[in-house]
Amino acid sequence: MKSAEHHSKSVESFSDSQDEVTGLPWLCTWRSIYLFVFGSFILWVLLLLALTVSFS
Amino acid sequence: MNLLDFVVLIGSLLAIAAYGAWHTRRHRNLSHYLRGDENVGWLTIGISVAATQASAITFISTPGQGYESGLDFVQNYFGMPLALILIAAVFLPIYRRLNVYTAYEYLGHRFDAKTRLLGAALFLLSRGLAAGITIYAPAIILSTVLGWRLDLTIILSGLLVTIYTVTGGSQAVSLTQKYQMTVIFGGMIIAFGILLMKLPASIGDAFTVAGGFKKLEAVSFSFDLHRRYTFWTGLLGGFFLSLSYFGTDQSQVQRYLSGWSLRASRLGLMFNAVLKIPMQFFILLLGVMVFVFYQFEQPPVFFNHAAWQQAVRHDPGGKLQTLQQEFATACAQKEQFIHQWLDAKHAGDAPSETAARSQALAVLDRCNTVRAEARTVMEANDPGVKSNDADYVFVTFILDHLPHGLIGLLIAAFFAAALQSKSAELNALGSTTTIDFYRHLLKHEASDAHYVAASKWFTLFWGLVAIAFALFANLVENLIQAVNIIGSVFYGVVLALFLVALFLKRVGGTAIFWAALAAQTLVFVLYFSLSISYLWYNFIGCAACVLFSLIIQAAIGSNARSAKA
Repeated sequence: MKSAEHHSKSVESFSDSQDEVTGLPWLCTWRSIYLFVFGSFILWVLLLLALTVSFS
Repeated sequence: MNLLDFVVLIGSLLAIAAYGAWHTRRHRNLSHYLRGDENVGWLTIGISVAATQASAITFISTPGQGYESGLDFVQNYFGMPLALILIAAVFLPIYRRLNVYTAYEYLGHRFDAKTRLLGAALFLLSRGLAAGITIYAPAIILSTVLGWRLDLTIILSGLLVTIYTVTGGSQAVSLTQKYQMTVIFGGMIIAFGILLMKLPASIGDAFTVAGGFKKLEAVSFSFDLHRRYTFWTGLLGGFFLSLSYFGTDQSQVQRYLSGWSLRASRLGLMFNAVLKIPMQFFILLLGVMVFVFYQFEQPPVFFNHAAWQQAVRHDPGGKLQTLQQEFATACAQKEQFIHQWLDAKHAGDAPSETAARSQALAVLDRCNTVRAEARTVMEANDPGVKSNDADYVFVTFILDHLPHGLIGLLIAAFFAAALQSKSAELNALGSTTTIDFYRHLLKHEASDAHYVAASKWFTLFWGLVAIAFALFANLVENLIQAVNIIGSVFYGVVLALFLVALFLKRVGGTAIFWAALAAQTLVFVLYFSLSISYLWYNFIGCAACVLFSLIIQAAIGSNARSAKA
């Protein structure tokens, strides 16, 4: 079946692609980069929340 | 504007466009024309992705949004970093592996030809509509404040971007975007610095005034469905909007597929995931600081000077002039209360501070009421008048309060922003028409040179369509919202096509095709009958399409089993 075959290939490709190096000195894996991005998002929300509360 | 401003404006715009067209004038093959130079690095991709999203509307309209409503619009972007992580981890490897030119080719691989064409058609429809706005939006504002002819502004800026996009293809788009972003951020940062220097109050006092007038309420956890921007609409609606825009809109997909590797494309996306919220915050804060500036300086009753003067000329009862005087008196009174408020704060006199702040707030309400009355009078005298002046706030500030030379740079920045997003849109519209319709339906086997030529003709065609649409456009919404509304109406369903393709392997082409048509119809019906925040349509369209596809697939499967039995 076209869709099932294709889907399994996609998943396989996804896991392969996680092994590719990021080339960045401190964030060597893609997982660490995604965590860094998520962390920076949380930080911005907290800062904006602090701004909202401080000047309300 | 004086001669120096015109030299800076025309010089910077033409130099960037000419360099982009000249540097990329030769194309070896279709891949080079549609994807660009394979040596493009992640930073160029990141800037190109940011530039495609940040149109002139972002830099003209967003400060106006900050002036009117404060920082709450920043919540619109809360879902974006999460969406970009998902795209980088799941969507990108698949696009790379299939080596596609357009995102819709993937739908053809996974489902069938009709679903691919449906996805491509929805893109052409939504992006074709938005393409007109990205030319019209800056043109209507800049022609009004500068006294230029609107039609000539639209035609000249539209032709300039069409010419270098047709000539240089994807590489010209990326190359020019890099320099255009330099002009834009240079201009915006200098404008912000000068604005801070011109403020009669310290930065701390400016924040106190902005906060006291409720302009610094950046995050709201309200569950009110009618409230346009909350943490929840931003996180959920913004997530689906961003997932659809960055993951399935060809104008973005084409930008990050131009990298030489999966790594470059991913890092380019992550660059945007980190950059976008602070960037939007900075632009909104600029608008808030313009608001604070006008608390110490007499603001106009209506920021669109040309429309105001025309309205005053056609106001037989002289009501507008009376309102103008009333507004000036109220503003002067408000300034007095603000000084009392800040003096009390510095003296540590909390009761006086609270009292003065309450009085300043009451007078601000009166100022807003007078402004609303003025708009009502203008609409009564001329029903065709554009009574929303938020888009004119920042341009008016620039023209009235910045030095010459810098005015030219800022106006150049607005045009550069219009050109950079327009060029990516035209590039994507031309590519999709060539790859998903022309090559797929009409001419299967032809040389690369033939497809490059076809792509150039289609890009030219879309450039002319956008110019024609812009010439006849008539918008009433705040411009940045108009673009987001168009996107939200279509993006949910387009996203569902891709989510089902990726994650629901049991659903086939026929089921998703009819589910998409049904869900899009539902979104249209709801849009014209409900008054909920437009961001919800991203979620509704997506959820409806996924649900319908499962139901239809189950029905098809059940029928097939019955037929076999």
